[in-house]
Parts: sequence; C-alpha cells; structure tokens
Amino acid sequence: MSPAPEARTSAPPAPAGRPGARPRVVTGRVVRSRRGRVSLRFHGRSLAVTAALAVVLVAVVLVSLTTGDFALPVPEVLRALAGKGSGGADFIVNTLRMPRLVTALCVGSALSVSGAVLQSLTRNPLGSPDIIGFTNGSATGALVVIVVLHGSMTQIVLGALIGGLGTALAVYLLVFGGGVQGFRLVVMGIGVSALLLAVNSYLITRASWQEALEAQAWLIGSLGNRTWEHATAVGLAVAVLLPPTFLLGGRLTMVEMGDDTAMALGVDVARSRTALLLISVALAAFATAVTGPIWFIALAAPQLSRKLIRSPGSGLVPAALMGAVLLAVSDLVVQRVFSPALLPVGTATGTIGGLYLIWLLVTESRKSRA
Amino acid sequence: MTRTSAPDASPSPEGEPAARTEPAPTARLRAEGLTLCYEQRTVATGLGVVIPDRSFTVIIGPNACGKSTLLKALARMLKPKAGEVYLDGAAIASYRSREVARRLGLLPQTSTAPDGITVGDLVARGRYPHQRMLKQWSPQDEAAVVEAMGQTGVLELADRPVDDLSGGQRQRVWLSMVLAQQTSVLLLDEPTTYLDIAHQVEVLNLCADLHERRGHTIVAVLHDLNQACRYASHLVVMKPGGTIAAEGDPSTVMTAELVREVFGLPCRIIEDPETGTPLMIPTARTRHFTGPGHQVNPQSVAHTP
Repeated sequence: MSPAPEARTSAPPAPAGRPGARPRVVTGRVVRSRRGRVSLRFHGRSLAVTAALAVVLVAVVLVSLTTGDFALPVPEVLRALAGKGSGGADFIVNTLRMPRLVTALCVGSALSVSGAVLQSLTRNPLGSPDIIGFTNGSATGALVVIVVLHGSMTQIVLGALIGGLGTALAVYLLVFGGGVQGFRLVVMGIGVSALLLAVNSYLITRASWQEALEAQAWLIGSLGNRTWEHATAVGLAVAVLLPPTFLLGGRLTMVEMGDDTAMALGVDVARSRTALLLISVALAAFATAVTGPIWFIALAAPQLSRKLIRSPGSGLVPAALMGAVLLAVSDLVVQRVFSPALLPVGTATGTIGGLYLIWLLVTESRKSRA
Repeated sequence: MTRTSAPDASPSPEGEPAARTEPAPTARLRAEGLTLCYEQRTVATGLGVVIPDRSFTVIIGPNACGKSTLLKALARMLKPKAGEVYLDGAAIASYRSREVARRLGLLPQTSTAPDGITVGDLVARGRYPHQRMLKQWSPQDEAAVVEAMGQTGVLELADRPVDDLSGGQRQRVWLSMVLAQQTSVLLLDEPTTYLDIAHQVEVLNLCADLHERRGHTIVAVLHDLNQACRYASHLVVMKPGGTIAAEGDPSTVMTAELVREVFGLPCRIIEDPETGTPLMIPTARTRHFTGPGHQVNPQSVAHTP
C-alpha cells in the first residue's frame, strides 16, 4: 500500500459563521452567512496576488501619466482628469497620455484573458492566440486593406478584425473533424500561422515603398499615436467580453479535467467550450486590430499569474491584471528608457516573451530531470 | 432477458436467464433502441438495456464490443443517433446537465487532474452540481467530501498534491470525487484498470459496500470475468457488433458456451471456492511437443478447436 502519509495538521471542523474559517480537506478559506444560504470560498494567496497586481497597476498608471517629456505632479494630473486642468496639462494628460494608457491596459488584459482561456481549453501552455495563428490572421487582414485596398486607419482596424475572426473560424473548421482536441488545435494553428506568415510576406513584396512602410509599422505592434477612437473601441470590447468570461471561469476549470469528467459533473461542455472559444477569439482579434500584433503577452501573462497564484482556479481576474500591467510597463519602458527613439512596444514584449520562454524551457527541463 | 432487436441477436445459450433479475419496467435507468456511432463507425444498432434498480450491474464483453460506448450513452456522454436513454422516467436528454449530475455519477476511463491541485480540492469538485455562485462551500459540501474520502481511505492524503500519488491512490481519489457527488446511480468505466490486484479488490469491495449498505445502483464495465461474476448481481454480456449476448444472474448466465461464443475462448466454468460464483478457467494451450516429464492432460485440450 501507500507509504505512511505525512501527519496532517487537520483543523477542527469550521464553525459556521466564523469569517475566514479554515475548512477541513479543501484549501482556502470559507465565509458563510449565519443561515448558510451564502457561502464563499476563497484563496488568500490568490486574493493577495490580485490585490498586489491592482496596486502595481495603479502605480504604473500614475507613473505613466506624471512622467515623460513634461513632468506633471499628481494633483495636476488628477485635476486634468477631472476636466479642470490647465490647457497644457489637459492636452498632455487627456489627449496624449490617457488614450495610449487606456489602450495599453485594455489590450493587455484582453490578450492575457484570451491566452488564459485558450491555454485552458487546449490544456497546453502554447495554446495562445499569437502562437496558433489568430494574430497572423489579423495581420493578413490588415495587410490586405493596406496593400490591396489602400484603406483608411478605421478600415485597417476592421480588416484586422475580420482577418483574425476568419482565421479562427478556419482553424476551428479544420480541427472540428476530430473534435476540438487541444493538441490538434495547437498543431493546426501553428501550421495555419506559418501559411499566413508566408501570405503576409508576399503581400509586402507586392506593396509600394510607402505601403510597405505603413505595413511594417503596423506589423510591429505599437501603442504610439493611439487616440480615444482606439481606446474606446478596445475598451468597449473589453467591457462587453470580460465579465461573461469571468463568470464562465468556474466552468473553464472543470473543462480542464477532460470533457467526460466535466460533463459528468454537470457542465454543459459543448456550449461552454464554444462560448469561451468565441470570447477568446474576439478578445484577441479586437486587441490586435487596435494595436497590431503584440507578441507574447497572451502567452506569458496568464502563465506568470498562474505561477504567482499557485492555486488551480481559473485565475482569470489576476490574469487580466497581469496582462494590463505587463503591457503598460513595457510601453512605459520603451517610451521613457529609449526616448527619444520611438521604439514600438512590440519590441519590449518580444524581449519579455523571449526571456519567459527561455525560463519556461529551463524550468521544465529541470523538472523533467528531477 | 435479451433486449436486442438486431437481426443477428442470438438468445443466450442457456435459454432465458433466471426470472430473479427480471427488471421492473419502471427501472430508473434504461435504454431503448440505441444506435451508437463515433463519427463514421457504428458501434451498435437497436441496443436496449434495463439496469435493475439497486443492482450491481457489470457489463463485460471483448474489446471494442461497445461496452464503454453503452456506458457513455447511459451517462449522456454520447448522444445516440437513434433511440433514447431514460432516467427516472424521462429522457435523459431532456434534463439540465446539472440535474443529471445530481442523480447519476460517472467515473470516466481517463480524467486529467489540474496541475498542482490537492486531493481535497479535487474531490471537492465532485460537489460542482450542488454548488451555486453564492453557495460555494456549504456544510453539506464539506460533510459529503469528508465522507467520500473516508470511504475510499484517502482522507489522510487531503493536503497532498494529486501529482505525487501512485496510480492506485489516484484512482481512489477520482472515485471519491464521484462519491462526493452523492448520486444514487453510479456508472464506472473500467474502474480497476491501472490498479494492481489488491487495489482492484479494494475498489470492487468498496462498490459492493455502496451497493449493499446504501442501496446504490452501480453499473461498471469490467474486463475480468471472474471479478464480474463475483461482484455482479446482474451481468450484461455484450458481444462484438454491440449486441447483448446474455444478461441476468451471473450463475445462470456464465457458461463455457457463452464465453466461447462471445470471446472465442475455450474454457471451463467451475465454482469459486470463496463465493460459489462461477469461475472461468481458460483451457490450457495445446502443446505441440512435450519434453520428458510433461504430460498432456487430455481433459484440458478437449475444448480447443
């Protein structure tokens, strides 16, 4: 039989009503109302990580708004945000810095949640929209508009949106023959991604100098020159798509155990899976349409927040915060450290992502050797 | 009684099994006229089965005869092309998914434990169909989980990560999860696979306890005919092509002719010295040459074709 289990520090059964009581057998803490109608279970570490990320987020927001070519003190920024700032401060905060910051936060959280959902559904840490072709599909859509149709900025955004959604549909249909198996989705997605990359290169060779420059600028994801138009578009997408995703988070953790097990426990697997997949694709497509492809946020942010939380919940809220923080910090770094050079944020996230991948491979190989 | 309507369905060799297990027409779980397919491949047509209430029903049959498929259909994991599965008098497809999960539990052949999850947390997931957004961990949830873990003897492992456990321990953890669901109908798809013999017996004894003491209805797919005969109160024997060759009390159903017909295995049936249930002994293989000191027992080759 099994070796003798370690002595367990079993707390006595938690009396109902005591706040934050430690339950037997399961991890976390439980809060129950007196009658037992309401009972909530939470993980201290998960809450702490979420709170810490929120604090970091506020700090990043303040630093982003106060520093730069024109340093502004916090009170002045707040006055400008309230609409009572002086003309100069108002312009700097509300026209230059805020749209860019809001876009960064929304795109970061959208990409991260999109990645978290896809990684869960495919049960594969590589199952993120930038790896399995959705991002390259958005790029194809944008390039077609730039090179073939010579469209406006708004049309480029629309083209990218259609490209991303179309690619997702194509990958889904290709995989659907054998059910939405995680591994197949990832492998098929990587294949489609490579094909689209070839298409994108071809489109650029067909372009004029000016078009090629425009295309290249779009292809390296950037937050530069983002106006309220962009911020509102991606803000609306996030406001509409994130809440239902958070609500479906519980089912996501059940589906991770396998379709049969989840269904046996009363989860409508097929419907949950379709809904989550659609949301994930839409989030990635909107984010990419607004900024161009920003690599690795969707891949790394959910994994990083998972590593910090260390509990097997869905962790979509901290993942969203982590994505927002990572992208905002990356943007801050490229703006402040490398100024006056106009470095696109994609280069910074690429660096972070590369380092993350190296770290992932090293720890995984260490784990497998142990 | 054989409830297959497929044209090639042959009655059980021994004629109709004993009337003792004659299922009531109002059995909680039954299937009628099932046609079961995986994409292109049709596994069974016109398959019907009644699970007697409060029985320990064991489904046996050769590989790929559709026994797991039948179990999946009974647990609404697989939507039949035709026919219907009825649970408590209503078509199982007409229930909400959660409602089915409060009445019927299933232990699938394979499940994936989320990375780093503790044993307690995994078993607690069995409470999902009983939980609500604002009712995440009621005292009933805790009681059910503690009881389920006590039954399978994994209570001491509650804080251990599932990844650290042995195969036998893991299977008992998954079983606890299904028990924590607190359903009175339990479907188990090969619950003894991957377990050594001691753990196999342990799991089956546990099922027998649940069946006897709690009056649970248990349906299990097993590979070992002797275990099936020993534990089943109702035996369903399937043969290739997804038809039922025989069903009923193991002592009347289990015959050498049936095993030869269904599995193509010549054998003898003797009485299990422990329980008196049928014990299947495969016939010794034919020896093509015999060395000194080896004698071929003419009895043992009598049944080889």
